[in-house]
Amino acid sequence: MRNWRHETGRRVALAGVALALAAVAACAPGASNSKPDAKSTGAISTDVAKAGKVTLTEWDINTSGGADTATTQLNKEFEQKYPNVTIKRVARTLNDLKATLKLALSSKNPPDVVQANQGYPDMGAFVKANLLLPLDNYAKVYGWNNTFPKQLLALNKFSSDGKKWQTGNLYGVSQTGEIVGIYYNKKLLKQVGLPLPKTFSEFEADLPKIKAKGQLPIQFGTGDKSPAIHLFGVAQAAIAGKQEVRDMVASSGSAKWTDASTVQSAQVVSDWAKKGYLTAGANGLTGDEASANFGKGQGVFRIDGTWRLAELDQAMGSNVGFMSPPPMKAGQPSATEGGEGLAWSITSKTKHADVAGAYLNFITDAHAEDVLAKTGNLPAVQPPSYTPKAGSLNADIFAAWKTISQEDGLTPYLDYTTPTFYDTITSNLQQLIGGKLDPKAFTKALQADAGAFKQSN
Amino acid sequence: MAAVSTPTDRTGAPDDKRRAGRRKATKKSDRIAYLYLLPAFVLFGIFLLFPLIHGFWISLYQWDGLSASTWVGLRNYGEAFSDPGLRSAFVHSLVLIVFYALIPVSLALLLTAVMSRARHTKGLGFFRVVLFLPQVVASVVVATIWTAIYAPQGVLNDFLSAIGLHAITKPWLGDFTWALPAVGLIGTWVEIGLCLVLFLAGVSQIPRELFEAARIDGAGAIREFFTVTLPGLRPQIAVALTLSVVAGLKSFDLIYVATRGGPGTQTSVPAFEVYHRAFDVGQVGSACAIGILLTLLILIATVVINRVDPGESR
Repeated sequence: MRNWRHETGRRVALAGVALALAAVAACAPGASNSKPDAKSTGAISTDVAKAGKVTLTEWDINTSGGADTATTQLNKEFEQKYPNVTIKRVARTLNDLKATLKLALSSKNPPDVVQANQGYPDMGAFVKANLLLPLDNYAKVYGWNNTFPKQLLALNKFSSDGKKWQTGNLYGVSQTGEIVGIYYNKKLLKQVGLPLPKTFSEFEADLPKIKAKGQLPIQFGTGDKSPAIHLFGVAQAAIAGKQEVRDMVASSGSAKWTDASTVQSAQVVSDWAKKGYLTAGANGLTGDEASANFGKGQGVFRIDGTWRLAELDQAMGSNVGFMSPPPMKAGQPSATEGGEGLAWSITSKTKHADVAGAYLNFITDAHAEDVLAKTGNLPAVQPPSYTPKAGSLNADIFAAWKTISQEDGLTPYLDYTTPTFYDTITSNLQQLIGGKLDPKAFTKALQADAGAFKQSN
Repeated sequence: MAAVSTPTDRTGAPDDKRRAGRRKATKKSDRIAYLYLLPAFVLFGIFLLFPLIHGFWISLYQWDGLSASTWVGLRNYGEAFSDPGLRSAFVHSLVLIVFYALIPVSLALLLTAVMSRARHTKGLGFFRVVLFLPQVVASVVVATIWTAIYAPQGVLNDFLSAIGLHAITKPWLGDFTWALPAVGLIGTWVEIGLCLVLFLAGVSQIPRELFEAARIDGAGAIREFFTVTLPGLRPQIAVALTLSVVAGLKSFDLIYVATRGGPGTQTSVPAFEVYHRAFDVGQVGSACAIGILLTLLILIATVVINRVDPGESR
């Protein structure tokens, strides 16, 4: 009796499991979406007022500081200009947005406008899954092709299958620019008696001199993993040159991560760590902590992005300066990692594409850039109406951005290379800096990741 | 269960009628019992069973979380076993079990032995609260506090320098040898209070007479601990081990906040890999496979540990 009941129970359970399996089996995960069509030029309406009552849901990463102020202000101005439009804003930190955006985009009711990160991991994956709307016709109507430098537009382009980056359709526009450069402590630099380095070798030669004077040459921490990319990126852009780095990241051309120039760049970073030019224990110090230390006057140089503008300006005032990384030879244009803020994109399932297009134009036009500059951001295109205070960090950063943009010196962030590259490069850089990996083995690990992706793509 | 082994089975007829009646009654009450369980089972089904099965289903695909998926059968599992990075992640979680479970349980037993003898110490309640506190604090807060303690210029290194041990200061969470034990010790700190509270409650349930008898027989503190306290605490030890081993195996938040698996991959653990693969690098199928493997491992660990407690298996 007991056995029988037990058996039945088991059979029922098995049947239940089988049934449930069959139910989920009916649909393989990730049903494919149909390809969104680029709207033909004639169909675009730029007249937002005529669109009727519209609620536009917008997801961004501008949770704090000047970026938040600018977004709030621009949204309010847009609503004032078009009273028929209500903007529903959802602001999340970059990490939170990256983690939730995929689920939101693949849901039945995605937001209308989202900020998508460039490169293969995010934008490429979204395009591949047909979740973003091609914006080429909006670019034509609103003249984005003329207002934005070609190079910046290219960062937001993908082939429609999401496999080739920086070419094909336009999938977003960016508000702000950003580059990685060298912040320096003016007082300390004077104290150790050194002028600003004009070449990369001069910069390298300064490091032992600074150490000999008892100062820390480069304030640096990468406990949170990502900052090491920028340190390595600066060395690589100088040594390997912009074209080679661009080819490697876009996996075009024949450049390999194991090429001599990249091995040499890794050697430079490894030497800096070994010789004590970087903060001791950099692997256990987060980027924020290192930045705070630099603000407190520890370290002569700090390699970091322009996104630290407001923070370091507040901490150090007129004592901090910024320069783009010096080139290999004096007088050459410099090249550095950088790009633009996350692209503002329109989702393919939106019901208000034209209103969203007008919104994108509104938050990136000349007036918007003026608002961004005044609220402590670095606009992608410098507004003619704004001049930063001479001698301020703001002025240094605006000037460096202008030169780099004009001289076509941007190299893409290295983690754009493959969906897994962030992981590979950050953990391997920690090992390189910690002395656990030699430069050859380090570059081999990078090439293995990039090679596998190229093969499967 | 009793029906099977009653002696009436062998003696035969006279009891048959009574047994049949009783069986009917049991059946009816069984059915009512199931009815009471139904709401819980529905919730369990919706929130645990279905996601679990669905997770298993996804683990059979190669899927980036967005575009169409490809059926790969058990390949994700094969790769989970052959991936050296993942194997070391599982090894790391075994190391964490030592810190999350074995050390806290041992230390808590020691503390119990001391505290149960000093039952009338003033302020015992205060100590209990202090020791239990880490359990109550959100683990993200715990991790943030400890990250500051372990920082290169943090409290721990300051303290070591102050007592003349400057030579052994290091960036604890950034050191390839020390990062994993450093994270583990946070776990020890968190789990010890739970174990202690369980054991102290357990000790108070052991009949006083046993202690008195042991003392009359001339047993010292150590003898008393091993002959009375320890055997009496077996159910509580089983519970403490189950909870803390599971906590060690599924540890995610501490790693996520404190090290993100670094330096290198020195502190990556399966639960972190699940999150990382699903949300960071778009390998949802592989993430689900690891999740299922981790679930199995936790189930096995729970079953094995519960053998410790005779009360459960009897």
